[in-house]
Amino acid sequence: MARIFMKGCEAIAEAAVRAGCRFFAGYPITPQNEIPEYMARRLPEVGGVFVQGESEIASVNMLYGASSTGTRSMSSSSSTGISLYSEGIAACASARLPAVYVNVMRGGPALGAIQPAQQDYLQATKASGNGGFRMIVQAPSTVQECVDMVYEAFDLAERDDNPVLILADGVLGTMMEPVELPEMKSDEEVKALKQARRHKSVCGHPAEERVLAEPGSVGTGQEARNIAAAEMYKTWDKDVKVEEFMTDDAELILAAYGISARIAKTAVKALREQGIKAGLIRPVRVSPFPYDAFGSLDFGRVKGILDIEMSIPAQMVWDVEYAVRGRCPIRECLRSGGQLMTKEKVMEEALKLAEEVL
Amino acid sequence: MAKGKVEIRAESCKSCGYCVKFCPKGVLAIGEDVNQKGYQYVVAAKPEECTGCATCGQVCPDAAIEVYREM
Amino acid sequence: MAMEKVYRRTTGIVKDMVSGFCPGCMHGTVHKLIGEVADEMGRANDLIRAEGIGCCGLGQKYVTHDSAICLHGRACAAATGIKRNEPDSLVYTYQGDGDLASIGLGETMLAANRGENFTVIFINNGIYGMTGGQMAPTTLLGMKSTTTPKGRIAEEHGYPIHMSEIIDQLIAPYYIERTTCADPAGVRKTKAAIRKAFEYQAAGKGFTFVEIVTSCPTNWGLDPISALDFIKEKMLPEYPLGVLRDKGAEEV
Repeated sequence: MARIFMKGCEAIAEAAVRAGCRFFAGYPITPQNEIPEYMARRLPEVGGVFVQGESEIASVNMLYGASSTGTRSMSSSSSTGISLYSEGIAACASARLPAVYVNVMRGGPALGAIQPAQQDYLQATKASGNGGFRMIVQAPSTVQECVDMVYEAFDLAERDDNPVLILADGVLGTMMEPVELPEMKSDEEVKALKQARRHKSVCGHPAEERVLAEPGSVGTGQEARNIAAAEMYKTWDKDVKVEEFMTDDAELILAAYGISARIAKTAVKALREQGIKAGLIRPVRVSPFPYDAFGSLDFGRVKGILDIEMSIPAQMVWDVEYAVRGRCPIRECLRSGGQLMTKEKVMEEALKLAEEVL
Repeated sequence: MAKGKVEIRAESCKSCGYCVKFCPKGVLAIGEDVNQKGYQYVVAAKPEECTGCATCGQVCPDAAIEVYREM
Repeated sequence: MAMEKVYRRTTGIVKDMVSGFCPGCMHGTVHKLIGEVADEMGRANDLIRAEGIGCCGLGQKYVTHDSAICLHGRACAAATGIKRNEPDSLVYTYQGDGDLASIGLGETMLAANRGENFTVIFINNGIYGMTGGQMAPTTLLGMKSTTTPKGRIAEEHGYPIHMSEIIDQLIAPYYIERTTCADPAGVRKTKAAIRKAFEYQAAGKGFTFVEIVTSCPTNWGLDPISALDFIKEKMLPEYPLGVLRDKGAEEV
């Protein structure tokens, strides 16, 4: 299929439509406005529905309702807006509804900055709402990955009856790159997908088969629901996705996800040109986290890890430390508040670490 | 001879008294016996007066009363 | 002569189940009426309930139709998502005054303003029930609650909010009526209002809003019969009954 040039946000939206997304609700916030704008134009063309919610809170609850009918549904927002989504995402997780969410991260905390950042890692992977639920969190580093990960997200969400989060950032959302778009699901396929969820959807059942979408439980049923969800999370070992770049002989490991990983990759090559055996471990999904990729490193050879994030303080480093368990020094290379990671910054910190440990 | 008849499901009755208050013929009364939840459930004290108007059923919040009428 | 059953328990609530509502609580009455209307319309299997938070939650296992339990205040947003995806269904939100008029005021107003094609059943008893009798936006002036121990004071707490009148300021809503369940005529009118709202929804007319003035004997500290008097003497002067808008009647 021909590659076309697309902006990240629009590519995300088109990928969703091609995956069968037929409902979108959202509220304007920079830097993801092109997603709802694209959906407002595109969804009616395919018989879908776009609603501009009066707030993030309304939008996420519209998604809750839409998802409970079995329609493939998506919403997007950015950072501080995702904070307002948190209760609704928790409701989807608790009621086991397969909504897809996109966070095009900007600077934080709170209003922070409208420029790109990676400051929602812990929120995305550990506590997107109350109650300790989990989600598969896809962390694209190119516009092509945005497309592929959004397309795949609907299948993952329906497989698990659980929301899925795409953790993108303002760079990916606004940059243009050539992409190959996935196949457009036909109207018949989209209808069949909805029909396949009919027995779980809150519509059209006689009394004896009634469906109740429950984000909580009256009485004592909640623990059983939590246990069932925890059992489902345990099946995610197979869903770990990680990219290991030049790690076979690496003595210095760069750890980064998303847009930072892309910058780190160029730094790996530059470091190798300077004779430093560097490699990159990139969690392609940040949840479930690829603990084994870090934990099974040969620490006789690997002398240090540089955690690279557009977040101050660092966040992913918690997971890296958990996996490494003190077996080698971990240093941080950080920007935040809308300031971008640069190859120069990564090189500077990597060389400092090399001097310290090699 | 009664033109109507009420069927009261004692276990559903919470003794609110709405049916007693609104029965136009004074058919119903709070009974002396209690149900499993401890409510003194309503009984048809004067069944012969019942016209089957169904007012009691309509106002009952707990759907405890069904009504029959001569047709 | 043979007797025929002229009033039967609706299929809209679970057979033989005793509701969790307090004695005299009119949530039970309204649940019943919704079921009766759907039965009479032959649409029982098409009903979808978007349920608010609070005592309405006691109805979630009591009704027999498909339901989505919604986060506090968000029933109108969730119902938007449901109805837009299931346009042939009969969607209603079931919300109390705290849920609809306080935490969910924004969602209520904007769904009404969009003219969403579903029905809002708004239970106004002037108090938070489930959480133990705190002040609601609809609490009457002078009325004591657990968070207004000296009674609601206008200077401090503002005035009772009149949701039907506020919704009536918007252009989109199709039908707005305030009823009560405090007497048999009121119960019949409430049922007729729900019927009308559902019929309009089925005809795709847009937003329909039925406010029902009810009691909360438990948190009002009254027995159920005295609570009926309180509705008539105190609540209804503040919340007058009647049809505020009926675009269907205007069109005829």
